[in-house]
Amino acid sequence: MAAVVHSRPLPRSFFFFGRRIRPRWPAPQYLFLIPLAFFSVLPIVYVISTAFKPLEELLLFPPPFFVRRPTLDNFQDLLLATNALAVPFSRYLFNSVFVTLSTVLLQVMFCSMCAYPLSKARGLPGSNIIFAMVIAALMFAPQVTRIPQYLVVQKLGMIDTYWALIVPALAYSLGLFMMKQFMDNSIDIALIEAARIDGASEWTIFWRVVMPNVAPAWNTLLIFGFIAHWNDSFSPLVFTRSEAMKTVSVAMISLTNGPASVARLGAQSAAAFLMSAPTILVFLLRQAKVIQTLAHSGIKG
Amino acid sequence: MATRPEVFVPAAQATVERRSALSLFWKRWGVYYLFMTPFLAVFTVFIIAPVLVAIYLSFTYFNVLEPPRWIGWSNYKLLFLEDDVFLIAVANTLKFAIITGPVGFFLSFFFAWLINPLKLKTVLALCFYAPSIVGAIAMSVVWKIVFSGDRYGYLNYYLLKIGAINEPYQFLAEQATIMPVIMFVSLWMGMGTGFLVFLAGLQTVNTDLYEAGKMDGISNPFQEVFYITLPMMKPQLLFGSVMAVVAGFSVFEVATALAGLPSPLYAGHTIVSHLYDYAFIRFEMGYAATVAVILFLWTFGLGRILMRLFSSKNEY
Repeated sequence: MAAVVHSRPLPRSFFFFGRRIRPRWPAPQYLFLIPLAFFSVLPIVYVISTAFKPLEELLLFPPPFFVRRPTLDNFQDLLLATNALAVPFSRYLFNSVFVTLSTVLLQVMFCSMCAYPLSKARGLPGSNIIFAMVIAALMFAPQVTRIPQYLVVQKLGMIDTYWALIVPALAYSLGLFMMKQFMDNSIDIALIEAARIDGASEWTIFWRVVMPNVAPAWNTLLIFGFIAHWNDSFSPLVFTRSEAMKTVSVAMISLTNGPASVARLGAQSAAAFLMSAPTILVFLLRQAKVIQTLAHSGIKG
Repeated sequence: MATRPEVFVPAAQATVERRSALSLFWKRWGVYYLFMTPFLAVFTVFIIAPVLVAIYLSFTYFNVLEPPRWIGWSNYKLLFLEDDVFLIAVANTLKFAIITGPVGFFLSFFFAWLINPLKLKTVLALCFYAPSIVGAIAMSVVWKIVFSGDRYGYLNYYLLKIGAINEPYQFLAEQATIMPVIMFVSLWMGMGTGFLVFLAGLQTVNTDLYEAGKMDGISNPFQEVFYITLPMMKPQLLFGSVMAVVAGFSVFEVATALAGLPSPLYAGHTIVSHLYDYAFIRFEMGYAATVAVILFLWTFGLGRILMRLFSSKNEY
């Protein structure tokens, strides 16, 4: 396994002052990609820049794109507003971190565990029907299933508990579909057979052979899950009642809510900035893993 | 056993046989069912059951306050025979899905493929994924400033400046431009799920194949894509295309955030806007469920076609 991800040299190489120069072809892509990438982050830049704008710049129209005299006023306003909250802000933070992390980790486990037989146990009775149902579930407008889902959560007595925030989210059809697709093409069945002949249990095969080989997939799933649940304000608003069960995303709404005024825009942007910071961090950490993984695991001998 | 009459013996044997068939079955597949149990349990309770309830509701009149009342097919009849707005919504959604679906799918793959060999790929991936992180509603705030109908909207400002138009154009109020603007913003935001999945998929393509391909005479990167990368990534491509269909047919958030609900002359009205309108503004859940069932049947049909197109049964 010498070959790493394909940053291939051009077949031609030349000598320059006695050193062998091998030009790599990706270079020109940057010329094309960097302007587009810049264009793509502009709205984020706008949100961040608005978060640091003083009041008089917020009142300007048309709104200037970049902040001219950055201030922390908006963040201070936000901080002051937290004093008026019913429970200390740390409680919201704890709820968010706890709910998001447990949801995301369990989601990845549930989806991967279910995807493994669907992908690799050939001829498993019922597997085609299950897979078709999962795809079908992806296509049913979630707006309509919300009320029935609420009724189910209520019947199970989960309202106003952490269960209500975590358990319904574990039925993540997209995650199962994705894990199954990755297992289809990135694990050689021979690798699994070999492990089985060596006496490995199915769990060992799943945990030691399958999961390392689909690491790019579940790292991507972690990113999707984290972004979705960190920002989700719908479930806490609907499934919980007491203030002590709400999450940061809900707190941010109540902090920035109020009479729609231009001044609020600053606080809203500050809140958006603070909310997206952990997401961006998680994205960078996991995405780096997505890209590294292949080089590490000796895949497909 | 001795006290039992003889008649029971064959029956007992049969049970033993049946039991052994069952235990054989369990021995062969049981562990796999155990693997699937956690997901299937939550899936049945929190997805299948609500979907079945929603299908039932589509045959009822249900205003959320009173219990649903069975009315048979009337919702369906109403939807197809009398609801003109629904037909507009269907036309808009189809236009949207037919254009943004394939284009978004192609662009996501193209960018993932272009970024993949680069050193800065994590940062570039973040840049292209950024719109999805921030979310549709926050994003449309920015786009609203760009497309704003007065002379202070960035687009109007520059068009006036270069003299392309004489007075500000109402991009988000004119029937002709609402849908194109929604499509543009969605495409630009569309570097979402598919893009990241393709990027991850590119990591799983066996690098030995590229070496082997080179020996077999593959000389340029485009041949490599067509003969190695694309065939090896069929499962991810199926995923990406199904997600593109789902996203195309469920367009709603961007449309509503940009053009409002209801939009001027329903020019930005989509199927899910229609559904949302009935579900959460008029509180006619039964009718909304009917719209959902119809939408579901279409997307599922398309999904089946895609499955056939990208079937990957013969690999490994």
